[in-house]
Amino acid sequence: MSILGNRVLRREDESFLTVGATYTADLVHPLLENAATVTYVRSTMAHATISVDTSEAVTMPGVLAVMVAADLDGPSILPGAVPMFPEPMLNRPILATDTVRFVGECVAVIVSETATQGVDAAEAVFVDYEPLPVVVDMEEALTDEVVVYAEVGTNLAIDFSAIGMATGITDETFFANCDVVTSGRVAHQRTAAAPLEVRSTAAAWDGDKLVFWTSNQGPQGVKGVLGTLYAETATGGVQVIVPDVGGGFGAKIAAYPEDVLLPWLAQKIGRPMRWFETRTENMQAMGPGRAHVHRFTLGGSADGNLTHYRLEVLVDSGAYARLGAFLPMFTLPMTTGVYDIASVETSALSVITNTTPTEAYRGAGRPEATLTIERAVELWSFQAGLDPIDVRRRNFLAADSFPVTTGVGTVYDSGEYERSLDLALEAADYPALREQQAQRRAEGGAKQLGIGVATYVEVTAGPAPGGSEYGKVEITPEGKARIYSGALSHGQSHMTTFSMIAADQLGIDMNDIEFVQGDTDVVTQGVGTFGSRSTQLGGSSIHKASGAIVERARSIAADLLEANVDDVVLDKAAGLFHVAGSPAVSRTWADIAAATDDLSEESKEDLLCSYPFGTHVAVVEVDTETGGVTLLRMITCDDAGRIINPLIVEGQRHGGIAQGVAQALYEEVVYDADGNLQTANFADYGFISAAELPSFELVPLETPTPNNPLGVKGIGESGAIGSTPAVQSAVIDALRPLGITHIDVPLSPEKVWSALAVAQES
Amino acid sequence: MQVSITINGNLVSHDVEPRTLLVHFIREQAELTGTNVGCDSSSCGACTIHVNGEAVKSCTMLAVQADGQEVTTIEGLADGDTLHPMQQAFHECHALQCGYCTPGMVMAAVSLLDEKPDANEAEVREGLEGNLCRCTGYHNIVKAVLQAGGAQ
Ligand code: FES
Ligand code: FES
Repeated sequence: MSILGNRVLRREDESFLTVGATYTADLVHPLLENAATVTYVRSTMAHATISVDTSEAVTMPGVLAVMVAADLDGPSILPGAVPMFPEPMLNRPILATDTVRFVGECVAVIVSETATQGVDAAEAVFVDYEPLPVVVDMEEALTDEVVVYAEVGTNLAIDFSAIGMATGITDETFFANCDVVTSGRVAHQRTAAAPLEVRSTAAAWDGDKLVFWTSNQGPQGVKGVLGTLYAETATGGVQVIVPDVGGGFGAKIAAYPEDVLLPWLAQKIGRPMRWFETRTENMQAMGPGRAHVHRFTLGGSADGNLTHYRLEVLVDSGAYARLGAFLPMFTLPMTTGVYDIASVETSALSVITNTTPTEAYRGAGRPEATLTIERAVELWSFQAGLDPIDVRRRNFLAADSFPVTTGVGTVYDSGEYERSLDLALEAADYPALREQQAQRRAEGGAKQLGIGVATYVEVTAGPAPGGSEYGKVEITPEGKARIYSGALSHGQSHMTTFSMIAADQLGIDMNDIEFVQGDTDVVTQGVGTFGSRSTQLGGSSIHKASGAIVERARSIAADLLEANVDDVVLDKAAGLFHVAGSPAVSRTWADIAAATDDLSEESKEDLLCSYPFGTHVAVVEVDTETGGVTLLRMITCDDAGRIINPLIVEGQRHGGIAQGVAQALYEEVVYDADGNLQTANFADYGFISAAELPSFELVPLETPTPNNPLGVKGIGESGAIGSTPAVQSAVIDALRPLGITHIDVPLSPEKVWSALAVAQES
Repeated sequence: MQVSITINGNLVSHDVEPRTLLVHFIREQAELTGTNVGCDSSSCGACTIHVNGEAVKSCTMLAVQADGQEVTTIEGLADGDTLHPMQQAFHECHALQCGYCTPGMVMAAVSLLDEKPDANEAEVREGLEGNLCRCTGYHNIVKAVLQAGGAQ
């Protein structure tokens, strides 16, 4: 019987539970002996010309060097990952030259013996700021009243219509044939990825070879960046090692300026370097996510048929155009969500502001598409006088229509949207919830019940058409296996999942399969873990390579057994090769390995992306006197295709749901009008805790995808995509009798209370 | 100044600056890196350890304040090769993903059950409010603590 589909406990747990694993800051390595500490001095102003006086700081105890931009005779610019933007916006100075553009930008670097000496010296660096006008709000930035890059002349970083990724917007005649037309503005606040481990990096030179340790989601990407920046000096090559990583959530896909300077410092000072930021630095300078404002118009017939949809996306790129500025690449293809809407038009613009440059954050563009279409359907249904659930049912892409091309031309692989809705509503006991709600309304107390529903579809291993991940499987002389993956597990449990996949093919106990990742000298190719890609791409590669090894092993076994290869079978339960029907004479994996020099196979096949979907139901209690919201229940049906290990998949769902709820209710990165970050630590940022959440009620559904040999879809981000609109709609549902139809996320007590105050006035 | 702390049964003595935080003493002087630092505002609980058997966020205490005290970190929790019931429950319930919160979470959870062995779900959730986890949504952590409670 196959091990796939079983709730196998994690193989990787022990070191985490007993010694706390080995994160970058924990590393002990001969090359890191006598490492010096790196501390960055950061801008305290959002936009200013600067001059930096380091004369006092260099005299401080333990200080080995203090450098500013003018001192950098090596790499000084970190190029952008997506080369689609005007150059000044794209090329990020590693240390600010004469201008700072957001609070937290690095203006100087200190190298010291100890971390505390670095902090002391940082306080002795004097930065003289000549303030420049500041633009913090993305809608204001679009007016170009304050322009951050005078040399570009506009804050507009990119217009997706101009590059053919959006259709462009026509005029109001677009909705001429619709009986009911609803439009609105939907904000998606800026959120912090906030992995519990901050950024952390170390660098050393081994002769002319650069060895670089970093907390990142994709070692090959970092190697690529360093290879370019240090092409002249790293003549012996670049080795990137990613030890255990304390979470990433998209914000650790990129290498940051603070990371890539370490090798140069190590060369200059002649010592290895280590950098471990504070949480405040992390909140200031690690790329946050979301930060969209959408405008939508939805039109349809009076009886509930949705026919026309317009989505206008505005993205806050922050002070430089990084990955965040390009994330409409995930929003636009998912514009119409789960609905069959034939006529669609779109636009998307990214603008520069004096804020931290945005990056990907769990979902990265798809939560935004989902939240807007789900809001639009709710608001349109209110206006049409129809039940939003009925409108959803009427307009779902039908289960028998897959593969289906949507109104924006995206081809979805498989889905059963109505089924996910039915299952979630059934698990929630929806009619009973409505009864309880009616009862509370009739009683007229302060605490009202709200029920919210969202059905979503997203893209994983995207953008379309898909991608690949490197996998290699080899058989050891002892007849065990070793698997290498270019993906980078940082909590996703690849050791367990991937060894299950290999064991299923090889008939070798999964505990006898060694798992290797995160060292570019050992795993020489690969991409990394983000976009919910790893099991479908990386797992499929392990699956294919394992299958290929079995085929080779069968032919070797045939020689050893002096049999015809077609007659040789692998008894997976016993891990033995024999002639079919004659198990008495067999060969072990060790026998096969002994008969050949190298028993290994690789795979990195291109595979199509997939489209997981589901329905989330949220039940909230809203205190209409205080505006406080309590999440009572969260019921989710998330279909990620075939499930390799339900235990791990459920864990991914839980984590995503919590982050989505956090976005709906609590978390928001806030700046004041001068661009000062108001949420620069965990005391001020609304990081969700156990006390604010219920246990989740998960409903299983498995619709395999035809797009990879395992039939799996991504599950890393789904939870964060469905839950935010479900919770948002639930709060609004509680307040609907008061005439409230929309409140933007996060639905903080202040916001809910203000909406109540406005409603009571009118 | 000289600070001597018994950590996981071993006496660790070092000359440190008076401002040295206990968490740094544990990580740097005692070279026990299981205790993590996740914030600079005493908010995350990743640094939670036991001082004389009680859960303490080790970033909120100076090393010198722990002079002469008994400290237990995650490295000292298991009994040889046998995991502490809380560690075992975390494993069985898949209560850790990236693992960064885990040492602090486990230490906090052990202390929570010491104080209230029959804690119910609401009490576990309230009790762990000061320990943040970004990966698990707390669902399986709460489950593990309840399971460990039931087992004790
Ligand atoms: S590091 Fe101690 S509470 Fe966060
Ligand atoms: S397991 Fe990653 S922070 Fe808790």
